[in-house]
Amino acid sequence: MSAAAGALAAGARAAEPATGPAAAEPEVDLAQARARGLSEEEYEKLCGLLGRTPSFTELGIVAALWSEHCSYKSSKADLRMLPTEGPHVVHGPGENAGVVDLGYGLVAAFKIESHNHPSYIEPYQGAATGVGGILRDVFTMGARPVACMDSLRFGDLDAPRMKYLVDGVVRGIGDYGNCVGIPTVGGETGFHPSYNGNVLVNAFALGVARRDRIFTARATGAGNPILYAGSRTGRDGIHGATMASEAFGAESEQKRPTVQVGDPFTEKVLLEATLEAMRTGAIVAIQDMGAAGLTSSAFEMAGRGGTGVRLDLDRVPLREPGLSPYEIMLSESQERMLIVARRGRQEEVARVFRRWGLEVDKIGEVTSGDRAVVTAGGRTVADLPVEPLTAGAPVYRRPASPPTDLAARRRPPEVPAPPGGPAGALEALVTTPELASKEWVWRQYDHTVRTNTVIGPGGDCAVLALKGTPQGLALTCDVNPVYCWLDPASGGAQAVAEAVRNLATAGAEPVGLTDCLNFGNPEVPEVAWQFREAIRGIAAACEALGVPVVSGNVSFYNETEGRQIHPTPTIAMVGVVPEIDRVPRPHFTAAGDRIVLLGEDRAEFGGSAYLRLLFGVEQGVPPRVDLDAESRLAELLRVLAFNGAARTAHDLSAGGLAVGLAEACFGAGLGARVELPAGGPALFSETQARALVACAPDQAARVLRLAETSGVPAREIGEVGGGELVIGADGETDRLGIEPLRTKWATALPRALGL
Amino acid sequence: MRCGVVVFPGSNCDHDVYHVLKHVLGQESAFLWHGDEDLRGSNLVVLPGGFAYGDYLRAGALAALSPVMAAVRRHAEAGGLVLGICNGFQVLLEAGLLPGAMRRNRELRFLCRDVWLRVERDDLPFTCGYEQGQVVRMPIAHAEGNYEDTPEKLDALEAAGQVAFRYVSPDGELDEAWNLNGSARAIAGVVNERGNVLGLMPHPERSAEELLSNTDGLALFAGTVGAAAGAVGVGR
Repeated sequence: MSAAAGALAAGARAAEPATGPAAAEPEVDLAQARARGLSEEEYEKLCGLLGRTPSFTELGIVAALWSEHCSYKSSKADLRMLPTEGPHVVHGPGENAGVVDLGYGLVAAFKIESHNHPSYIEPYQGAATGVGGILRDVFTMGARPVACMDSLRFGDLDAPRMKYLVDGVVRGIGDYGNCVGIPTVGGETGFHPSYNGNVLVNAFALGVARRDRIFTARATGAGNPILYAGSRTGRDGIHGATMASEAFGAESEQKRPTVQVGDPFTEKVLLEATLEAMRTGAIVAIQDMGAAGLTSSAFEMAGRGGTGVRLDLDRVPLREPGLSPYEIMLSESQERMLIVARRGRQEEVARVFRRWGLEVDKIGEVTSGDRAVVTAGGRTVADLPVEPLTAGAPVYRRPASPPTDLAARRRPPEVPAPPGGPAGALEALVTTPELASKEWVWRQYDHTVRTNTVIGPGGDCAVLALKGTPQGLALTCDVNPVYCWLDPASGGAQAVAEAVRNLATAGAEPVGLTDCLNFGNPEVPEVAWQFREAIRGIAAACEALGVPVVSGNVSFYNETEGRQIHPTPTIAMVGVVPEIDRVPRPHFTAAGDRIVLLGEDRAEFGGSAYLRLLFGVEQGVPPRVDLDAESRLAELLRVLAFNGAARTAHDLSAGGLAVGLAEACFGAGLGARVELPAGGPALFSETQARALVACAPDQAARVLRLAETSGVPAREIGEVGGGELVIGADGETDRLGIEPLRTKWATALPRALGL
Repeated sequence: MRCGVVVFPGSNCDHDVYHVLKHVLGQESAFLWHGDEDLRGSNLVVLPGGFAYGDYLRAGALAALSPVMAAVRRHAEAGGLVLGICNGFQVLLEAGLLPGAMRRNRELRFLCRDVWLRVERDDLPFTCGYEQGQVVRMPIAHAEGNYEDTPEKLDALEAAGQVAFRYVSPDGELDEAWNLNGSARAIAGVVNERGNVLGLMPHPERSAEELLSNTDGLALFAGTVGAAAGAVGVGR
């Protein structure tokens, strides 16, 4: 080594903070606490709890545990409004995933989670590790993942970095899920300028398990060994949880090292090894190391189990030497599991992981009492009480007030006539990125692996066969952020109602939902109000429609340089299809079929796609949510599916009847001729509780009769067939060739991306 | 008739193939562990899709060196049937059991969708359930399915009748627009000279049940199983 290089190396060493267990830790003071996201009040609370100043490692642990991301401190109070119980619920919120009963001795475990902040900083790894994290949440319950969905929100495609973000997120999700071999069967992709500085990536996963083989994450049994399995611990993702609890500023690019790096191959073998190890009967509890890594997994398992833990960081497998206790406790390296094994049986567990080529080491044990004691290099680096730091984390009820311009937002908008006539307006709408086909996105996701996919992406909901039973599962995720911005309570309720309706088109009865509540900075009163209102709306719809919330996630601080995203409470709902071979399709399937419109239009345009996408107007009161009407419609749709009366059922939502008809035509390239009571803008009204069905001619009278019995307004509007969509209304007739329109709709998104 | 489905770390279509062989066709079937040189008496060995060993280095490159592949090679040399689907095809290429190589798809993206295939041979154990020239629909799901070789070797491959399936339009016409991954000469599936080792990128196991609205792939398994049960040697 040359003298100059040697001097440089020595200089570099001196400039780095002292690391390694033997090194002295920095002094802790209020400034250090603040730098890690704790408020002065929280720091004082911590010092009071301990009766002393925390050590540096302790400060890091508590800052992570009390981060918004891990503690739900600003949302907990409001979340209590949500109904969490129902006849199908096996495990509600509080576990790694919610669990519902499916009958036949089977359960589904599912959850949705945000990975917004990391995906904006580093889209490929951010989105990929979002998928990885949610899959671990599901298989850590003992359930084999069988389906993923993703709810994505991007900004204007012309905004800086946006095409790069779209490409990176889609590749990240695809490369991860495809490699693990879990089909991505559904989801949604939306575009709105409120996400220009803060995209949303919400990842959902669902797994199936035998009801008697569900695992929970409760560390019990003093003396039971704590095992670490999976990837080694490195320096990636440190401060990920605190980063996700802050707003973005101009310096966010510098946070790139807080984004974790995923390895889907390791995830796949970890998945197989975990499920196999569970069958040994030697595992007491298990949890993945997600946000805040070892810290949250150890504290949460001990907190739920009412026990203490002792961890020896010298036993943690490291990627490189010299990680400090602080770094080891806060690393968010991916594909790692923490396992409590039965005393004396750890070798049975270890053998399975080794067979799959994974490392496994004992790093501690469960203790009686209530303390988490962490040692490194023969020293105690943290000695903290579990309960006061987990269940006893701070809870805030943030001051809330409606936005000052709410009245202006809700002023009734002017509704101009369709530019270029109904045909021109329809073509303009279905070629916007918002309403265009999303096939460019989902054809990059393996959606057919596992051979259960009966209806894949692109329909109202995905439908999966549940092997070994006559049943199916139906999955959907929904939210309309513009409705939520105009009226968060109504928007929250609408998201639940639309999800129920989407499931019903496939004949599915909802059994539970998981929510991903994406909002801005909760310290801003307007955002706190939006949040509370949205929860109120979701809770009301859940009560009325009988759908419990079994798991979920809150993502606050979706704000960049003071600009808040539109409130986006994504609802992912799961339903059971009683007979998998009686599922109507979301598109027309046979010429000659009669088309019946269910529900009644009220000419509602507040927050509509028509006004926003064609006139740039985002204004008005969003369509009224009539939960009784939704309930009747959903019941009718299920009856029509189960009786085999309807071959096609399609929900009407953004873009109204005209867009709904076009989508129903696109699926199999079949046209339709309809005669409607009102034309013009009414074709694009977004009145809720409506759906299209199509049936064989000899079933039309039956469909109308069943609708009448169910109390759902119904009208036969036309017939499937030909190569055109022919819309007659107000004495005028509009014609659109399906094939040319379908091609434009199918290629609009890649075209807008410049591909 | 015994069927063996190889499980590499990272295989993810192993259960799907097993399901079709065992539950749809009622064949005696077993999983074969990549670390064992034991085919457990299998007449038909299937290398399933997935990302064996994470596809590190190159797709299929590490899997080709695993202990089970030594046994698969001996099985093939003895005339036993070997079917490689998607990643399994890539493994067979890397192992040298089939000629050619894979590049990334033409558009450099993973592609999951239905494709149409023309059956080029119906005298193979794998294709005897079809008729020559028949057009069938199957899903693909891969990022590296762009089959390639030198022009001379491709000529030789075609001359020897080793192309089993080609990508075509739904009407059965050769058309670059329907050769979605950009494969040389629209090649979707290849057999060895002896005709007992087949690799193909599309997934017949994902199109073998009425419930999935596509049973075009079932004849591949049914034909293979029938041929294997009836044949002592399968050389041409």
